[in-house]
Amino acid sequence: MYTFSSKLKTFSIVLMVLGILGIGIGFMSVPNKEEVKEMMKNAHDGHHGKTATHEVHENVGTHDAHKAEVKHDVHGHDDAHLEHVLHQQQNKPWSAFYVACIFFMLLTVGVLAFYAIQQAAQAGWSPILFRVMEGITGYLLPGSIIFFIVLLLSGFHVNHIFVWMDEAEVAKDHLLQGKAGYLNVPFFLIRAAIFLAGWNIYRYVSRKNSLAQDESNDITNYKKNFKWAAGFLVFFIVSESIMSWDWIMSVDPHWYSTLFGWYVFASFFVSGITTIALITLYLKSKGYLEYVNTSHIHDLAKFMFGISIFWTYLWFSQFMLIWYSDIPEEVTYFVFRIENYKLPFFGMLVMNFVFPLLILINTDFKRLSWIVVMAGIVILCGHYIDFYNMIMPATVGDQWYIGWSELGSIAFFLGLFIFVVFSTLTKASLVAKGNPLIEESKHFHY
Amino acid sequence: MSNKVIHAIYNDDDVLMEAVKQTRAAHHHIEEVYTPFPVHGLDKAMGLAPTRIAIASFLYGLVGLSVAFTMMRFIMIVDWPQDIGGKPSFSFIDNMPSFVPIMFEMTVFFAAHLMVITFYMRSKLWPFKKAENPDVRTTDDHFLMEVGVHGSEEDMISFFKSTGAVEVKVIEKH
Repeated sequence: MYTFSSKLKTFSIVLMVLGILGIGIGFMSVPNKEEVKEMMKNAHDGHHGKTATHEVHENVGTHDAHKAEVKHDVHGHDDAHLEHVLHQQQNKPWSAFYVACIFFMLLTVGVLAFYAIQQAAQAGWSPILFRVMEGITGYLLPGSIIFFIVLLLSGFHVNHIFVWMDEAEVAKDHLLQGKAGYLNVPFFLIRAAIFLAGWNIYRYVSRKNSLAQDESNDITNYKKNFKWAAGFLVFFIVSESIMSWDWIMSVDPHWYSTLFGWYVFASFFVSGITTIALITLYLKSKGYLEYVNTSHIHDLAKFMFGISIFWTYLWFSQFMLIWYSDIPEEVTYFVFRIENYKLPFFGMLVMNFVFPLLILINTDFKRLSWIVVMAGIVILCGHYIDFYNMIMPATVGDQWYIGWSELGSIAFFLGLFIFVVFSTLTKASLVAKGNPLIEESKHFHY
Repeated sequence: MSNKVIHAIYNDDDVLMEAVKQTRAAHHHIEEVYTPFPVHGLDKAMGLAPTRIAIASFLYGLVGLSVAFTMMRFIMIVDWPQDIGGKPSFSFIDNMPSFVPIMFEMTVFFAAHLMVITFYMRSKLWPFKKAENPDVRTTDDHFLMEVGVHGSEEDMISFFKSTGAVEVKVIEKH
């Protein structure tokens, strides 16, 4: 049995408190209309000389009335711009919270999918890690409750993360009107509820069967889990795809991409596997997992390596197909990101691809704890940035920076994640001793 | 005396593994082991150095990547930078995404093929090569361990008999 060390517990609570503090400061420091005006004025003054000469040049020899009209237009444009920037500033703490919230929840879903795959494939190496995976998926329930509350708040217009939820916006946008049959708040929330419920039910049932199997003399529970895993994987792949359109792609409701669901899947799947590796190494270092050897770590590291490359393949396929054909309605998605998010956009490629590719290609390295931990931390940060790149450009535009809101949200959810996961780990033996493949797994050697 | 070898023949891979370990423990020098299929862990038991072919392959991959890069930069950007369907051919990085499929394939091509050729060369395999098989049964269901004879021939024969060999022969090697 695992006991939650008081040090780690305190650490997670400190993270949560600091996180709430950061989130609070983020919400308090949203500038009001006057401050935004001031900000924009300061920014404009820098270019004023240039703009002025340009205007004069353009207006040479035109009618006075026309001049007035031009001036008026410029003024109206400024107001619209002011409104726009204000909205982005107001979105910032919400989006930061949303990104961290969906990242940690989906990471858990990635672990759940990995767990189901291991069950359905009857893998012989991984049963020794099942309790670690079950511990991580313990976060799914609290994570999805918080996430659903955020979606509800968006649905009730508390924030502006999803532009298609704003009726005034839809009224003047033909494209959004055309999508209203799918993108409307009640249907959106019903879908979200079904998906979250489906995942949580599978998590609950598989955990229950897994614990029951420990006390049982036959393998009926194991067989039940096998069938549940197969059924879940079918449900998962459908719900995952729709989930990615709803929760991530719909922040950019004018844009669409067919392989987006897979791309999002690869991102949180590799994060989930990395988390399994990190938590396994932590527990191992504390002496709780006596049967876990370097071969298990090697296998996890191979998955981290392989799925990182799979993620890159999907990222590149999506990017290159859109870049190559250069269709204006699709390409704006990447044009905006490359212009305004250059460092996170290409930086994540280094963190999620180049770094794991070079470091985890070596067989000996994949057995060294510190290498796997280092690569794992880089991969997790990289995939957080990936989610950041998917959400932020649509909600805060070019007003982004990593500040109190972002770091606070990450700290809060990381603290909550550690707290829930390690509490769940204390609730059952770390060896799933009833699993018929556990002996093979204990002696797994590669 | 020194060019005599013992051929100890086994009919089970577990017995062979055990015999290899005993032979190593008795400090007899194993010249070669012939098996009909890969025996897992045999190389470790024999104390063979790990292969470096993966490292060679990685380096070949880098060569392939450089070839692809140099080729396309010269052809598409330096030699004749045409406007083909609006693709930006001002610099390599501008048009990089369209070169990636080729760079990827060339990397894999070089890594795979040069590694295979390295394998053939290092293990001396080619068409019309004379087979070096001491006993035809080793390609079917028997395992053969070849050990150089040093010291007493009788002692060695009885030693290999004791390791479970079904047949022990002393061969004059030329």
